[in-house]
Amino acid sequence: MLKDSDRIFTNLYGLDDPFIKGAKKRGDWSNTKKILKLGREKIIESIKESGLRGRGGAGFSTGMKWSFMPKEIGERPHYLVINADEGEPGTCKDREIMRHDPHKLIEGALLASFAIGANVAYCYVRGEFFRETEALQRAVNEAYAANFIGDNSCGSGYKFDFFIHRGMGAYICGEESALIESLEGKKGQPRSKPPFPANIGVFGCPTTVNNVESIAVVPEIMRRGDEWFSGLGKINNTGTKLFLISGHVNTPCAVEEEMGIPLKELIEKHAGGVRGGWDNLKAVIPGGASVPLLVKEECETVTMDFDALRELRSGLGTAAVMVMDKSTDIIRAITRLSAFYKHESCGQCTPCREGTGWMWRIMERICVGNASVDEIDMLEEVTHQIEGHTICAHGDAAAWPIQGLIRKFRDEMIKRNSGNSKTIKAA
Amino acid sequence: MVKLTIDQKEYEIDAEMSVLQACEQAGIEIPRFCYHERLSIAGNCRMCLVAMKNSPKPVASCTMPVADGMVISTNSPEVQKMRRSVMEFLLINHPLDCPICDQGGECDLQDQAMAYGWDGSRFQENKRAVKDKEFGPLVKTIMTRCIHCTRCVRFASEIAGVPELGLVGRGENVEIATYVEQALTSELSGNMIDLCPVGALTNKPYAFHARSWELKKTESVDVMDAIGSNIRIDTRGSKVMRILPRINELVNEEWISDKSRFACDGLSRQRLDNPYLRRNGRLVKVTWEEAFNAIALATKRVNGDEIAAIAGDLADCEAMTALKDLMSALGSPNIDCRQDGAHLDASVRSSYIFNSTISGIDRASALLLVGTDPRSEAPVLNARIRKRWALGSFAIGSIGCDNQLSYPVTFLGDTPKVLEELNKGKHSFSKTLIDAERPMIILGQGALARPDGATILFRSRQIAEKYGAVNNNWNGFNILHKAAARVGGLDLGFVPQDGGLNVTNIIEGARNGSVKIVYLLGADEINTSNLGKAFVIYQGHHGDVGANRADVILPGAAYTEKNATYVNTEGRVQLSQLATFPPGEAREDWTIIRALSEVLGHTLPFDNLRQLRARMLEINSIFLNIDQVAPAVWKRFGSSGRLENSQIKCGHSNFYMTDPISRASETMAQCTDTFLRTNQGKTGTDG
Repeated sequence: MLKDSDRIFTNLYGLDDPFIKGAKKRGDWSNTKKILKLGREKIIESIKESGLRGRGGAGFSTGMKWSFMPKEIGERPHYLVINADEGEPGTCKDREIMRHDPHKLIEGALLASFAIGANVAYCYVRGEFFRETEALQRAVNEAYAANFIGDNSCGSGYKFDFFIHRGMGAYICGEESALIESLEGKKGQPRSKPPFPANIGVFGCPTTVNNVESIAVVPEIMRRGDEWFSGLGKINNTGTKLFLISGHVNTPCAVEEEMGIPLKELIEKHAGGVRGGWDNLKAVIPGGASVPLLVKEECETVTMDFDALRELRSGLGTAAVMVMDKSTDIIRAITRLSAFYKHESCGQCTPCREGTGWMWRIMERICVGNASVDEIDMLEEVTHQIEGHTICAHGDAAAWPIQGLIRKFRDEMIKRNSGNSKTIKAA
Repeated sequence: MVKLTIDQKEYEIDAEMSVLQACEQAGIEIPRFCYHERLSIAGNCRMCLVAMKNSPKPVASCTMPVADGMVISTNSPEVQKMRRSVMEFLLINHPLDCPICDQGGECDLQDQAMAYGWDGSRFQENKRAVKDKEFGPLVKTIMTRCIHCTRCVRFASEIAGVPELGLVGRGENVEIATYVEQALTSELSGNMIDLCPVGALTNKPYAFHARSWELKKTESVDVMDAIGSNIRIDTRGSKVMRILPRINELVNEEWISDKSRFACDGLSRQRLDNPYLRRNGRLVKVTWEEAFNAIALATKRVNGDEIAAIAGDLADCEAMTALKDLMSALGSPNIDCRQDGAHLDASVRSSYIFNSTISGIDRASALLLVGTDPRSEAPVLNARIRKRWALGSFAIGSIGCDNQLSYPVTFLGDTPKVLEELNKGKHSFSKTLIDAERPMIILGQGALARPDGATILFRSRQIAEKYGAVNNNWNGFNILHKAAARVGGLDLGFVPQDGGLNVTNIIEGARNGSVKIVYLLGADEINTSNLGKAFVIYQGHHGDVGANRADVILPGAAYTEKNATYVNTEGRVQLSQLATFPPGEAREDWTIIRALSEVLGHTLPFDNLRQLRARMLEINSIFLNIDQVAPAVWKRFGSSGRLENSQIKCGHSNFYMTDPISRASETMAQCTDTFLRTNQGKTGTDG
């Protein structure tokens, strides 16, 4: 269990003053100038060494991502874009940071921008986060007033501006290239890659897009040293992470823990255990709506990190743990997720636009026992027809939960739909 | 160049290319819906997915640039499966109403479903239905068929320059729509019909009239403007059903204007299909013999110089050659092809053609428009200017026209005074022209068809020379014509011969009685009420203003009904082909003149097209080089004089009705109603 002294987000629950006085007390904005003096390469090197992997879900090395930015700033300015469009069902970490510890984010943005050579950071905040935007804006104003950011950030001579941009609540705008489109004032639709944002990003300029949590932990890593961060957690899955436990647990919560903590420990220690006891557990979605679920047997031993969960063909995602006990109609639950992905598809590319609706409709029928057994196989095939064939990962995200369901609860699906003998032509 | 492997074979490919283009170059077909050579890349249909070694996911070949050492597979079972998958997704919500779809038989979705799809459907749910949109009188929408490839959206915003279309909504509820329902305000909107890979956007006037496989296809050229767009005429029996563009990179790329495409229904309305003779003030049907005899009788009573001829905007070179020879045989020097009275100098070819050629626009570095509104006078050329503008660093100034074009234009003024200022280098636009490596001037008919036209021509030449628009490698001095017949007429010397009258004087002479016979070869754009008591012979294909005033009507052939020669504004000689026969008694125009010459006792020395074309070559050797533009020698032209201080007028007052064919077209009338009279107050009984 994570020691209190190793915690980064010490005001996660807002028990203390979130703003400048409290933040300074917690150690924010101390020695920032000294860190900036290290220079771009050193900061990127430290973040690489720390092993920090992107906290937005894909788990790509943050330091590596920064190093993709052009070394020299050419005619086109560089930009940092912070993805605060937190819309993954079950996920509630970025909002806690923005409303209770906003200065960590702003300081991190300064350091990250400096490291990638950007003088401007845009923070794209989900539209529904009204009070969070207010808190963040207040913190930004404080940081400007204290000369932490602005024309001479922390007295280092570096010019840095921080802008907040509010989204309109579209889930797809959390996808980095759709977010960039939306930020440019266009319709939020993902772009084809390549070119990647590090080459052509916002306004056609080199851009790095990072999750709020990835940025907010940067100052602490720089202050305490990369060895400290890489010493926590497991190899390749280092540091601490915010875990968000919801569903059928006694005390749902957001909590900072070491990477690689056993799932069972996480649920028992922090969330007060599964409602009705561990044996009442049916399944867990370990990383936000888009990852395949885990059954109880897997939950006994699995540790919460990118690699261990991938081995079980699931994923850490945003570490939003959704716990479902035996009272759950698991097919209905996944059907609901299907409806969500159908609703949030941007409609740009064919497999996702057409496939998400198709999958949802089949799911609805399977859910009420109005499908034939063959259709379960067909549904699985349709998920594979979508997966990997789309512009962005929304198609994958829509396909995975269903694949997980079919993998783990096929019997239940068959049971509910046996007796229907419609035959489907094999593909 | 990079080396990559496609389907186990190595190829060396230009490094700028995409994987799709590389495959095409290797002769491998990649199915696609959203990708189009002339539009930006969207990558949204996912039909062009191919497998790439070391890539966990398949890649969309249209968006993926080639790289050294790439290994691409386009025919593996996985790729075939992917294509079948995408096809299935495209078809689950497609209505599959091919039997009643106008796209049937020429539909990308149909063809690719046959080639790459499954033979059945597994989709058991209800299909989606989408409300149709009203895009105006030209483009019909059946939105349920739409596969959301966004080609039309990209065409509207990129090529046509009217960003009126968009993909609205989200997920399976996305729809192509104008944000506020309205007719598409582009003169190129018909091209979206060609671009649409399915039957979502179809030709409205043509709807349910024919199936594509019943049509006879004839390759020809368009005469609705002076661009000479290359077209394909689709006919069934004696009726022109529709007109489509043909690809010609040097002229129209693959676009044609809405007038070129949709005015074809005018070819079967108000046609002159019989000779007529005015008896007691009324036109009555007569035989060819009676008509010719009446003309012979009239010519006997007058001297040669009391006869005059005016060639109209759609006249072909063969007919003009025959008429010119007939007039000189009759002893008349009074011929003119410049109906609008433009001060064009037929003796210097470089003074009346589009010297830099249309494709030369791509190389120009700054543009000065003088008295021209290319958007209404030549929409396809306008799109070419926009294409050049979109590449960046291309300043455009306009004198006379401040209409909204499809790109930003600096309006420099509307009087010829600006020319003087530019000439002295005093104008703010002078610097732009000085800095430009290859400046271009486009001089429109609006600037030439005015009393000081010759002076404007002179001044424009001076400006071209002053700013380096004319040198050994570049000639940026261009005339943009409005009429398909004009350059041909000038090349044939269909202008007043020694001491002859020009069009203004012919009309004045007819009014005061000194000109006794006027021969109108399809000339409808003159003020016929000023022809006084003259005996008017009208030869043409439509009952328009010229025929209305005529004493004798000789029914001719429209451009789809004859093998004829046209010279476009660049001076490019192009041939039209007979697609249908002229209706009733109507005949090909040159044969009418040839037959008349015999009755008049001046038999013309050609009996067939070959002999006539040999005669054209005698007059001007440019007719030797079909489909080519010979550079014209730069000489002095124009005349110095006083410039008037009046406004230069340009463009067409109604783009949709500029000639007898489009004036007879019901579709063009609907367009006029939709696009030009929208401000008129509607009454309660309207619609």
